[in-house]
Amino acid sequence: MRATIVGLPFHDSTIELAHGAGGKASRRLIEGLFLPLLMNPMLAELHDAALLATGHGTLALTTDAFVVRPLRFPGGSIGELAVNGTINDLAVSGARPLALAAAFIVEAGLSSDVLRAEVEALAAAAARAGVPVVTGDTKVVEHGKADGLYIVTTGLGFVDPRLRLGSGFVQPGDRVLVSGPIGDHGITVLLARGELDLEADLVSDTRPLTPFVDALTATAAPGLRWMRDPTRGGVATALNELARDTGLAVVLEEEAIPVRDAVRGACEVLGLDPLHIANEGQLLVVVAPEWADAALAALRSVPGGQDAACIGTIETHPPGVVTVTTAYGGRRVVDMLVGDPLPRIC
Amino acid sequence: MRYVDELRDPKLIRAVAAEIWRAVDPERHYRIMEVCGGHTHAIYRHGLPELLPPMIELVHGPGCPVCVLPMGRIDDGLALAEQPNVIFAAFGDMMRVPGRKGTPLEYQARGADVRMVYSPLDALKLAQANPQKHVVFFAIGFETTAPSTALTLMRAKQLGIRNFSVFCNHVLIVPAIRAILDSPDMRLDGFIGPGHVSTVIGCRPYLFVARDYGKPLVVSGFEPLDLLQAILMILRQLREGRAEVENQYRRVVPWNGNPAALKAMAEVFELRPYFEWRGLGFISQSAFKIAPAYADWDAEVRFDIPGIRVTDPKAAQCGEVLKGVLKPPQCKLFGRECTPEHPIGALMVSNEGACAAYYHYVHRLSATRSA
Repeated sequence: MRATIVGLPFHDSTIELAHGAGGKASRRLIEGLFLPLLMNPMLAELHDAALLATGHGTLALTTDAFVVRPLRFPGGSIGELAVNGTINDLAVSGARPLALAAAFIVEAGLSSDVLRAEVEALAAAAARAGVPVVTGDTKVVEHGKADGLYIVTTGLGFVDPRLRLGSGFVQPGDRVLVSGPIGDHGITVLLARGELDLEADLVSDTRPLTPFVDALTATAAPGLRWMRDPTRGGVATALNELARDTGLAVVLEEEAIPVRDAVRGACEVLGLDPLHIANEGQLLVVVAPEWADAALAALRSVPGGQDAACIGTIETHPPGVVTVTTAYGGRRVVDMLVGDPLPRIC
Repeated sequence: MRYVDELRDPKLIRAVAAEIWRAVDPERHYRIMEVCGGHTHAIYRHGLPELLPPMIELVHGPGCPVCVLPMGRIDDGLALAEQPNVIFAAFGDMMRVPGRKGTPLEYQARGADVRMVYSPLDALKLAQANPQKHVVFFAIGFETTAPSTALTLMRAKQLGIRNFSVFCNHVLIVPAIRAILDSPDMRLDGFIGPGHVSTVIGCRPYLFVARDYGKPLVVSGFEPLDLLQAILMILRQLREGRAEVENQYRRVVPWNGNPAALKAMAEVFELRPYFEWRGLGFISQSAFKIAPAYADWDAEVRFDIPGIRVTDPKAAQCGEVLKGVLKPPQCKLFGRECTPEHPIGALMVSNEGACAAYYHYVHRLSATRSA
């Protein structure tokens, strides 16, 4: 039960970018400020979506705000992200998306062509996923008060009754799978800002994860324990949260983790760890060992999932810690991200 | 990936590790300092200590430019960020380093115009794009980054860009190594020489380490194989009773350095008579200032710099860690009051800082081991 973590102190005098970066500071803000004030059993779970039991099944409800600069980047845009991100929060909760709500916060001075393009991208992504946008809101704020356009989307779905997901089901011996190469989205957006004078042949991996979840459910439903889409904070943060929640160890094999050369190269140059870089179209799954092969085959059968891999195992030691083992036998801790990933100088 | 995969080949790495095990005298203890923070980071990131025999102790040196900058200089720089119409530009490494009133990111959150740049040239571009503002670039780094600051200042002068200046905090590696060697606490057997600095200055400036102090120094690259080879080269020297400067990083480091970079530094900078280093105190001729010919682009000339001096928090033992006297977890504050999220000492801030590297990659592993 998460109640034990509520009340982590939050004494920071001002809010900084780090508090929204998805790492340790975000966690403290949520647990130390929001949670004590809004406390209820469903929120305390801190899942990607809240699960609401009804007489006709369990509903999943989620909401997410999208702030990305630039608004368009190779492989996607904020409008597309705003649909896929929310659908993915439902998908990893084991829910089939039913409908979306969208709120637009527009900065005065934004070109209406830009707004139109983003609403078109949002509409196209919603149509692709087969999820209608059924309600919404628009606010315009003064020039200089927003980064062009922010989008908030809320999603509602029904939980697949065949699935029982959550960190409480994870056991030693379980396998950790990832649906494909990590870090594409974060590095693409970082480079698209044009501040680093680096170029790489990369596109964001933004996409709905529902085909992966459908394939997994169809072939390995009884073995599925836990799913996450490792967005801000990357794979490292998602797995650290799992390790902390379960008190178990996540032991990764460095060689098994799929990372594109362009992402590895950019990370080497910038002093970043691909495990800390954001993804928008990858799925992390923990699955019982006897179902691991079937689950991996299911992920690989989905277009875009051919590089899915088993990247590690759940163990008991060291408790609550994520470690990675190198091909030559070295071992290190994989910590959560502290603030935003900042490029180093040398 | 070329030049990376070859140097992370498990077979080769295991072979060199095995040679290291054969080369050590089991009766002896070896204390080898990696001078450069990049090496510290790479050693932990690749889990190299687990491959080494227990009698080899890697000691972390003063080669992280963020870590050795005293808090007073950070406050001086941030005082510029508070000036009206100033854009304060700094490397990502600096953004979370605390001054007395907060970090550059906190200044930014409070409304100061703080920008992260990847190179000093990017800061100059900011000045060109914002002619109504004055851009101050907070320059830090050893000889690795000093040439790019020098070239940027030459460019600013050539283009006549007047709304740009540099707050210069470039420091030099050789006086730092000499200070370590002269320290009464010195108990080192050899040095892994800094790779990036050496691409600029070459290997010759380290000759005094072998000649005057009788210690081997091997300039090394940053991949696991580089570092293990450098350790093996040092062990061989010790076994054969030699003390020489050797270059493991020949694919990148020329023995005599990079003449173009050295020329640019000689034109733009001159030596400060002395400079304060965090943990090491004042070291003579250990840092650059901007030469008079470039005074128009020197923030210390153009602005009234407060010249703040701040003593390090008493309980923090950054100096002992920097000199290799203490291991990070032996500091009284390590992992309790001082963490990467709330750093008290600079060694906990930068990715290259010994404490941050230890905290991120080893700390919880060793904590659970000893539990």
